[in-house]
Amino acid sequence: MTLDDKLFTVKYKPDSESHLKPDFEKCKTCTSKICTVICPAKVYEWEENEQKLTVNFENCLECGACRIACEKNCIDWEYPHGNKGVTFRNG
Amino acid sequence: MNEIRNNKTEVIVVGGGPAGISCAVTIARAGHEVILIERGSFSGSKNVFGGAIYAQPTREIFPNFEKEAPIERLNVEHKFAILGEDDSTVISYRHKDLRNTGYSVIRGKFDRWMAEEAKKEGVIIAEETVVRELIIENEKVVGVKTELEEYYADIVVLADGVNSLLAKQIGFRETIEPKDVALSVKEVIKLDREKINERFNLNDDEGCIYELFGGPMKGMLGLGFLYTNKDSVSIGLGVGLDALCDKNLKPYELLDKLKEHPSISPLIKDGELLEYSAHLIPEGGYKKIPTLSGAGVMIAGDAAMLVNNLHWEGTNLAMISGKLAGETAVTALAKCDFSEKMLAKYPEALEKSFVMKDLRTYRNLMDEAHNRNDSFMGYYLEQVNGFFNMFTTVDSIPKRRKFRRFIFDFVRKRNIIELFKDAISAFKLFWSILIK
Repeated sequence: MTLDDKLFTVKYKPDSESHLKPDFEKCKTCTSKICTVICPAKVYEWEENEQKLTVNFENCLECGACRIACEKNCIDWEYPHGNKGVTFRNG
Repeated sequence: MNEIRNNKTEVIVVGGGPAGISCAVTIARAGHEVILIERGSFSGSKNVFGGAIYAQPTREIFPNFEKEAPIERLNVEHKFAILGEDDSTVISYRHKDLRNTGYSVIRGKFDRWMAEEAKKEGVIIAEETVVRELIIENEKVVGVKTELEEYYADIVVLADGVNSLLAKQIGFRETIEPKDVALSVKEVIKLDREKINERFNLNDDEGCIYELFGGPMKGMLGLGFLYTNKDSVSIGLGVGLDALCDKNLKPYELLDKLKEHPSISPLIKDGELLEYSAHLIPEGGYKKIPTLSGAGVMIAGDAAMLVNNLHWEGTNLAMISGKLAGETAVTALAKCDFSEKMLAKYPEALEKSFVMKDLRTYRNLMDEAHNRNDSFMGYYLEQVNGFFNMFTTVDSIPKRRKFRRFIFDFVRKRNIIELFKDAISAFKLFWSILIK
């Protein structure tokens, strides 16, 4: 079972804008890009060609791991708006 | 009601989990006005845990919960499994203790029930509302700013969970580092009730808990877990975020490996994934507990880092800390005194309770565990399985030779200096737990 299959079981109400705002300039100089590894929902992906971090915020499980793990300490991390984001039915 | 219309109430509690609800209901029962703000569409909708609540502390808040609340199973067996590559050693303790038991619950149902009960007792609940910041006047917390409006209160209680951005805003929290949290991922897997009872050796609504050491978490501060629900099982793991970062590991891949372990896979075979989830566990321990109170403000539950990870306790510490914060609020309201000094009665009460006593007892645990995790979460676990492998293998090799070989290897593979360091570390730990 792929992570996408797993995420398919999660109930989301996507927000209109991202609640995760990394400082993209700092991401360019980040060597580990650890957010792309440890995020349990693969929210972050590094686009090598464009030298840009994509943020699939719609998949976010709101755990907060990226905020703490980011070695550049550059993710402006907020909760999504009220009634938006993830809803766990079986947490 | 006038006061509410004017956007001013007696107490605002931020966060509708076990800490926030326990706090709010304690205040409402004393006849005071309290608003509980929850960012999810219902209490529990943003919450994840392993699986069990504890009867005794829950009864302190909701005495009849065992008859009324949506609980899954009564835990009668606690299993401790050390996983090797393809083997395992399991110790199991079984006892049907109705007085001091725990129950598996689903937070989306249980927290929601608690919130409904709190509402019946007079707590005003504002759901789908995110508190963005605290309002501070004259160095005193006087209210909250939500996305829509400002609410004022004599006291604001922060029960906003492990990420507590509000505790951070007012500088009560030190910077949280990756080693201070564990990242947990969990899957709830649907299985027939009868199948669960057969596979786990249970009757009716009895449940069991597995604590899983080693396996894919070998050598890391991490633990797997499995809880039985009525017609599903919750399986997951929590691993130090520092270890995941250092080793470049994806948490869901570790969980996949855990599920494939030959001792685990038969338990969940043919199950259907109902829901995948993730959450952080505060694991900083006693040394990382934030400032717990100030003028107009108190902090409870995960936001206060109140987790006893060695004993898998969290919801109980949340409930009791919430209750104590609630009691302090009631005293403060009676005296119309919301000063730093008055609200310091809350951390004082926590200090006197088992909450801080336990966390203080284990204050050195995380340091020692981080220093020696290679050995305590790796080498020794391997040796346990190695011993039973040696002891149970029938291969016509004389036993004395096997015993000697085992002891020789035990010392040789982990050189004598490391063994000595492990012994010192264990001694220091036991001393701090048992003596002072």
